[in-house]
Amino acid sequence: MTDWPVLSAVTFMPLVGVLLLLLTREDSAYGRRNILNVSLLTTLFTFAVSVYIWYQFDSSNPGFQMTEKHGWLGTGISYHLGVDGISVLFVVLSAFLMPFCVLASWFSVEKRLKEYMIAFLILETFMIGVFVSLDIVLFYVFFEAGLIPMFIIIGVWGGKDRVYASYKFFLYTLLGSVLMLLAIMAMYWQAGTTDITELLAYNFPREMQTWLWLAFFASFAVKMPMWPVHTWLPDAHVQAPTAGSVILAGILLKLGGYGFLRFSLPMFPLASDYFAPFVFTLSVIAIVYTSLVALMQTDIKKLIAYSSVAHMGYVTMGIFAANTQGVQGAIFQMLSHGIVSGALFLCVGVVYDRLHTREISAYGGLVNNMPKYAVAFMVFTMANVGLPGTSGFVGEVLTLVGAFRANTWVAFFATSGVILSAAYALWLYRRVVFGALEKESLKALLDLSGREKAILYPLVILTIFFGVYPAPVFDATAASVDLLVNNYTAALQAAQNVALSVQ
Amino acid sequence: MTAETLLASLQLSIPELILAVGAMALLMIGVFAGEKSTSTVTGLAVALLIIAGLWLVLKTGEGEAYGGAFLSDPFAKFMKVLALIGSITAMVMTVGHARSSQIDRFEFPVLLVLATLGMLLMISANDLMSLYLSLELQSLALYVVAAINRDSIRSTEAGLKYFVLGALSSGMLLYGMSLVYGFTGHTGFDEIAAALTSTGTPSLGLIFGLVFILAGLAFKISAVPFHMWTPDVYEGAPTPVTAFFAAAPKVAAMAIFVRIVINAFEPVVVQWQQIVVFISIASMLLGAFAAIGQKNIKRLMAYSSIGHMGYALVGLAAGSMAGVRGVLLYMLIYMVMTLGTFACILAMRRKDGENVESVDDLAGLSQTNPFMATVLTVLMFSLAGIPPMAGFFGKYFVFMAAIEAHLYALAIIGVLASVVGAYYYLRVIKVMWFDDAKGEFARTAGELRLVFGLSGLFVLGYVLIGGPLGEAAEVAARTFF
Repeated sequence: MTDWPVLSAVTFMPLVGVLLLLLTREDSAYGRRNILNVSLLTTLFTFAVSVYIWYQFDSSNPGFQMTEKHGWLGTGISYHLGVDGISVLFVVLSAFLMPFCVLASWFSVEKRLKEYMIAFLILETFMIGVFVSLDIVLFYVFFEAGLIPMFIIIGVWGGKDRVYASYKFFLYTLLGSVLMLLAIMAMYWQAGTTDITELLAYNFPREMQTWLWLAFFASFAVKMPMWPVHTWLPDAHVQAPTAGSVILAGILLKLGGYGFLRFSLPMFPLASDYFAPFVFTLSVIAIVYTSLVALMQTDIKKLIAYSSVAHMGYVTMGIFAANTQGVQGAIFQMLSHGIVSGALFLCVGVVYDRLHTREISAYGGLVNNMPKYAVAFMVFTMANVGLPGTSGFVGEVLTLVGAFRANTWVAFFATSGVILSAAYALWLYRRVVFGALEKESLKALLDLSGREKAILYPLVILTIFFGVYPAPVFDATAASVDLLVNNYTAALQAAQNVALSVQ
Repeated sequence: MTAETLLASLQLSIPELILAVGAMALLMIGVFAGEKSTSTVTGLAVALLIIAGLWLVLKTGEGEAYGGAFLSDPFAKFMKVLALIGSITAMVMTVGHARSSQIDRFEFPVLLVLATLGMLLMISANDLMSLYLSLELQSLALYVVAAINRDSIRSTEAGLKYFVLGALSSGMLLYGMSLVYGFTGHTGFDEIAAALTSTGTPSLGLIFGLVFILAGLAFKISAVPFHMWTPDVYEGAPTPVTAFFAAAPKVAAMAIFVRIVINAFEPVVVQWQQIVVFISIASMLLGAFAAIGQKNIKRLMAYSSIGHMGYALVGLAAGSMAGVRGVLLYMLIYMVMTLGTFACILAMRRKDGENVESVDDLAGLSQTNPFMATVLTVLMFSLAGIPPMAGFFGKYFVFMAAIEAHLYALAIIGVLASVVGAYYYLRVIKVMWFDDAKGEFARTAGELRLVFGLSGLFVLGYVLIGGPLGEAAEVAARTFF
């Protein structure tokens, strides 16, 4: 075990980078270089620390590790950090994607680079903070604070309709979250603490669980996003700059799933069981309906955004199946989707930087002059489809197995989504990459540059690696997931026993 | 009253005495030295307020004075310190603007000192008589200050409107007081509470009196439905005056609101709670919806302050110790945010010296003046109640109290209103960050940069310094429980 506050370090390290960035100036080429180097180094250091955390992580221990606890604000709220098997890999994922975001913005961000990097580093602090918080108010603070930099990123560096998209993003997610805040307060007065470890051990009365579950659901469902509250996502994705989309798809969408796993399922097991059919219905609708919507898109980013909603449908389905396969699969699906969808947005960014359009019809035949790009794009497309051998497959099949154990019909309809996802993803790939290279504007396009290779190739390797050998992920998550699922079934069983004994 | 009790009373009210005697001395200086002495008088007035504040913090004891009409307790101290900080800051901010706003008369600082004196007395008032007198002392000074720019039609209109509506509210307050006196036979808060406890169910006449008193006080904190004067006065009065109006008087009025309902009317909590819940909900909703269409940033801040008073009242509606602590912290955070925002508004001055007040004039500020834009952005997010800014914690504590008191409807409407409110705060941010610059502002005066810099630092740093502040508020709130 370490005796230095490693979780605080990983959380606030990006802020050190922010302080350094404040000292830089942007007006010369050297200045620009400095800004980029500082940002890249900061994100790399943060990633290194997060890997160290993964290395130090004792996967046989299902509880929280590397905890830090201090009084905060003198009102019962504590500054309490820690990771368990559910959260540790999300910390790594957040820190992992950030260097790619910096690299993806190397040339494409032309104006106000310094503010851009500052916004991203602040965002990183808030995202990691969400995953390491062990106090529910601290969690809420990080969870909500992430809206601020993302609002600015979409609004300042976004596309044509950036203002509309940024407002919609901010207000939609805020609306969901404020109800959760009230639920948090109600939990405090009921249980007398805001500490997550103590709340996990507390049994909330059945009546109250229902209301608390709904309030948390309002927040996480919007963040996830689940059908029908997903409409902010396509707008935000389309308007956000490439790196913004990567973070949005890669990490911010995972906050909802993480919230379900951390709060809804273990703290309100009776309500989760009660509402599971409701969540299944929404998930299946999301999988089928948004896949169909994705088929009709003419904008590449919008298509990937809708496919994200569909993939998140598998996650919610797996979580509320509430068995080992379902939950493990949901976590794996989230991690895999974080890598794959992030990579897909980076792929879009590569061609967008060259042509400045995201219309599918503007492309075609790229395989002829961009073969390396075509290969990378293909791997991610296949992972998005869920082809065996890619990381997308593992998560999808596990969530489906989990759902099958819980409800066969849900699994039946959800599986049809796999076919639909193949349809839209392969069709997109055909229209962009295959065909004859006829359009004049495309003929001069160059294949991947060194920087772009450095971005895409590691992601290709990871996608295939985790598809073939997912064990490192399962090793880390297994103990905590078992504990979660066992506690959940025990709580349901206890409630049933009480009900029986009353009769 | 013997000499000894008089001496003890005087000792408890030394800060007020300093201000009273000092204000008269400043008036003499002004009268004899003429108009050119304005800056000297302003400087001396600030010094006077600082001395009074130091004396208050370091030397003033606790206890009753003047036969129970004046009370010095931790609650009063906390609120007085807030009011003094608000007054001092607002006065410092006028220094560079006195000439362009045409308020460079020596009467101006003297009136502000007198208004502050009224506030301090009001916060300490423990009797309906002392409450009314101190309220009038404050209000009369403020009526004049609102109309201080005599050549401006808007300023005089603002002053007149404020005076007419203020007089109406004073009338209501006085009528309510007379009813309460008639039905309980007392004017002291403690005696009223004792009388109410002994009678059991309150009489209809007393409830009428309570309603009128609360209506009069709601006018002073500009809570709906007694808010109509606020947007016009905020917009019409010279900006430094508006900055003053938005901060300290609200703190003082909220203090006496808390004291009168928690102390004097504690036995009839069921009756006043409905009223407070109603005006709280109405203020939050009006503050959220009416501000959406505002183009003038001072009007926008007026509606924003109406909304914020609604949020502060959420804590009061709970009527618990956690609630009062929430109100205290909310007022502290609100005051800092408001002063910072008005410092930014005062800094909105074109290079030719013209002051502008439209939200659109902030366009592109993040490029022309990144520091001010960042601070104003932080303040706007804080006003909207987004963590990790201080404004979030203010809302957190008041809603926490409401949930404890099972006021679920109030809490849910409140947080939903805060989402609506976020929309117009975001608009200010959008104008600063997303729009292109239209023109630059003149160099910001040092004192304004200091004020909004400190305010931004406080709002961001609340997560670090919130502990001791929360404890201070807790000590103050425990006065009543």
